[in-house]
Amino acid sequence: MKTGSKTLRSNIITYGLVVVFYIVMQGLYMTDNLSSLMEGLMVPLCYYMILAVSLNLVVGISGELSLGHAGFMCVGAFSSAVFARLVDEKIPGMAEIIIAILIGAAFAAIFGFLIGIPVLRLKGDYLAIVTLAFGEIIKNLINAVYLGVDANGLHVSLKDTKSLNLLEDGDIIIKGAQGIGKLPRNATFTIGIILLLITLFIVINLVNSRQGRAIMSIRDNRIAAESIGLSVSKYKLTAFVISAALAGVAGVLYSHNLANLQATSKNFGYNQSIMILVFVVLGGIGNIRGSMIAAVILTILPEKLRFLNDYRMLIYAIVLIAMMILNSAPKVVAWRKVMAEKYFPHKGKINEPGEA
Amino acid sequence: MKKFISVALVAAMTASLAACGSSSESTDTAAETTAAAEEAETEAEAAEEDTEAEADADAEAADESSDAEGGVFVIGGTGPLTGGAALYGEAVNQGAQIAVDEINEAGGINGYQVEWIFEDDEHDAEKALNAYNTLKDQGIQMFVGTVTSGPCLAVVEETADDNMFQLTPSGTTADITANPNVFRMCFSDPAQGTKSAQYIGEHGLATKVGVIYDSSDPYSQGIYEAFDEAAPEYGIEVVAAEAFTADSKTDFKTQIQKMKDAEAELVFLPFYYTEAALVLQQSKELDYAPIFFGCDGMDGILNLENFDTSLAEGLMLLTPFSADATDDLTVNFVTKYEEAYGSTPIQFAADAYDCIYAIKLAAEEAGITPDMSVSDICDAIVPAMQQIQFDGLTGAGITFDENGEPEKEPKAVVIENGAYVSAD
Repeated sequence: MKTGSKTLRSNIITYGLVVVFYIVMQGLYMTDNLSSLMEGLMVPLCYYMILAVSLNLVVGISGELSLGHAGFMCVGAFSSAVFARLVDEKIPGMAEIIIAILIGAAFAAIFGFLIGIPVLRLKGDYLAIVTLAFGEIIKNLINAVYLGVDANGLHVSLKDTKSLNLLEDGDIIIKGAQGIGKLPRNATFTIGIILLLITLFIVINLVNSRQGRAIMSIRDNRIAAESIGLSVSKYKLTAFVISAALAGVAGVLYSHNLANLQATSKNFGYNQSIMILVFVVLGGIGNIRGSMIAAVILTILPEKLRFLNDYRMLIYAIVLIAMMILNSAPKVVAWRKVMAEKYFPHKGKINEPGEA
Repeated sequence: MKKFISVALVAAMTASLAACGSSSESTDTAAETTAAAEEAETEAEAAEEDTEAEADADAEAADESSDAEGGVFVIGGTGPLTGGAALYGEAVNQGAQIAVDEINEAGGINGYQVEWIFEDDEHDAEKALNAYNTLKDQGIQMFVGTVTSGPCLAVVEETADDNMFQLTPSGTTADITANPNVFRMCFSDPAQGTKSAQYIGEHGLATKVGVIYDSSDPYSQGIYEAFDEAAPEYGIEVVAAEAFTADSKTDFKTQIQKMKDAEAELVFLPFYYTEAALVLQQSKELDYAPIFFGCDGMDGILNLENFDTSLAEGLMLLTPFSADATDDLTVNFVTKYEEAYGSTPIQFAADAYDCIYAIKLAAEEAGITPDMSVSDICDAIVPAMQQIQFDGLTGAGITFDENGEPEKEPKAVVIENGAYVSAD
C-alpha cells in the first residue's frame, strides 16, 4: 500500500512536470516572450524527450543495450513522410498527422520485431551490435532508394530517377540521397506534448504492470526468472518493440517538423543513437524523469553556448563531463547526500537506487 | 534524496527556460554552467578564462548593436564551422567579413553601416534551423546562407514564412530557389553537371568519361544525373559510373579499377575534396593517370592538411573563381584575405564576397533603410536583384533571373606546380 502510493506520487510528479513545461512554454509563446530559437526548439524538445524515454525502456528497464535507436526514428520518419507526400494535402493536416503517427509507429515496430526475434534470444551484447548495424543499413538503404508515383501506381528503383520510368505527370517522392522534399511541416508543440504524455503513460504503466515486473526480473537475474517459468525472449521482445514503435513516433514528429527530410549520418547515424543513449545515461539509467530532463538540457545547451564561437563544442564536452561527474560519481553523490541531510533534514528512509 | 536532485534539476531547467525570453540573461545561466565546469576541470581553467573574456566581449558587441538598431543593416549567415564541411563555412564567413569591412570603410549601404553575424549549423537541417532562429533573435534583416545544400532546403521554407530575403552563396540543389525570396550566387547542381559536360565536350578533353560519385550526397548525385543526361549532347560517352557512400569513403580502389578497365580517359569527380584527395592518392598507387575533373566541391584540395599537392598536378576543376587571376578585384581580395586569415581564399569565400556586394547593389537600387521591417526589405530587394548587373570575383557581368539563378560564364582552373591556374 505504502509503495503503491509512493509510485503514484512519483508518476504524478513526472506527468506534472510535462504539463507544467507545456503550460510555461505555451504561455511564453502566446505572450510573445519566447525567442525564435526556443520557438524553433519546441517540437525538437518533444521528440528528443520521447526518444530518451523510449530508449530508457530498453536500456534501463529491460537491461539491453541498443545502439540503433536513430534507425527506428529514421524508419518512422521516412514511412510517415512518404505517406504525407502520397496523400499530398488531400486530407486535413490534423487527420494526416494522426494517421502518419500510427504508420510511423507501426513500421518502426515491425522492424523492431524482425530484429528482436533472432537477437533477443541470445545472451550478451548482440543486440548492441545488431542494432548498430541496423541503423547504418537503414540509412544507406534509404539513400539508395528512388520512389515515384504516377497514374500506374508506385515505382521503385535503386539506380536513379530516370529508371523509375514515370509518366509525364509522375511525382518523385524519394529522390535517393536528396531525400523527401515539400513536406507539410504540421507538427505542433501541442501534438508533441500529447505524444510525450502518451509515451510516458505507456512506459510508466508497462513498468508498473505484471509484464514490467517480469521484464525487470529478467534484467536482474535471468536464470531465476527462467526458473519460475517466465518466457525471457517474449518479455524482452515486448519491451524492445514498444521502444522501437515509440522511437518511430519521434521520427514522425521529426519528419513533420522539417520541410525536407534527408538521411544523413548527422540526424539518423550512430552519433544520434549515441546522443540518445547519453540522454538516458545522464538522466540515470532506468530513471524516466531524469532522461527527459537530460534530453531538454542537452538539446538546449549547445544552442545556448553559441556565444562561445569556436570553443562551443569544447566547452559543451567539458560541461557534459562535469554533469556526468556531478550526477553519478560515488564521491560526489555521497557528498551531495551529506549536504542534503544538512540543509534538508531527511524524515523517511533512503530510496533504493534504480527506482524511477 | 532523488526528489531533491530532481527538484534542483527542474529548477535549473526552468531557470534556463525563463531566461530564454531575453537573450542577455541567457548568457548568465550559461556562464554559471561554465563556472560549474571550472570546478571540476581545473586544468582547463586557463583556456576557459580566455573564452569567457571573449564571450563577454561578444555579448557587449551584441548589446551595442541592438542599442544602435535602426542605424545598422544586420546581415546574418549560417554554415558549418565544425565537422567535415567546416572549411566551407569558414571560407564564407571570412569572405563575407572582408566585403562587409570594405563596404563599411567606403561609407556603408545607403549611408548605413553593415554588421555581419555568422552561426554554426554543423551541416545539419535541424541545427541550421536553430542557427537561423538564433540569428533572427539577434535581429538580422537579410540572410546569406546556408552554405551547404541539405540544410538549405530546410531553411528556405522558414525564410519563406518570415519573408526574409535569402541569398545562398553555395547552396547548389535545384529546389532551393523555388521560393521567390531566395536567390543563389553559385551554379545549381544540374547547371554544374551540364556546364561540366559542356566544358569537357567543347574543349575536346575526352570522349570516354568515367564518373565516381557519392550516392549518399545530394550534391554529388545531382551533378552526376545532370552530367549523365547532358553528356551525349557534347559527344561524351559515359563508360563507367561508380558510386560510393559517406560510410565507405576511404577505399576507392574498386571504383578506380573499374574506371581503368573501362579505359576512361577522363574521370569526373563531382564530390568534395577530402574524398577526392584519396581518389588521387589511390589512383597513383594503381598506376592510373587519366585527366581528373572536379566541380566546385573540389576547391580547397590544396589547403588540405597532410596532402601531397604533387598528386593534384593536372587536376582540373570547374570553378568560377581562381585565386591566381590578375584582375584588380581578385588581387585586392586575395591580398586582403591572406593578410587577415593567412590562407588563400577558395571559391566559397569569393561567392560570399560577391553575395554581400550583390546585396549592397540591390539595396541601393531599392533604396532600403535599416528601419524597414524584414518583410518590407524582402519585398523591395527581390525585384531589385533582377535589375542589377555587376562584375564580381566569380564572373563578369553577373545578373540574376526571376527564378533566383545567376547568369555567368563557367571557368575551369587546372592545378599546376601546386597552384590554381586558369585553364583557358
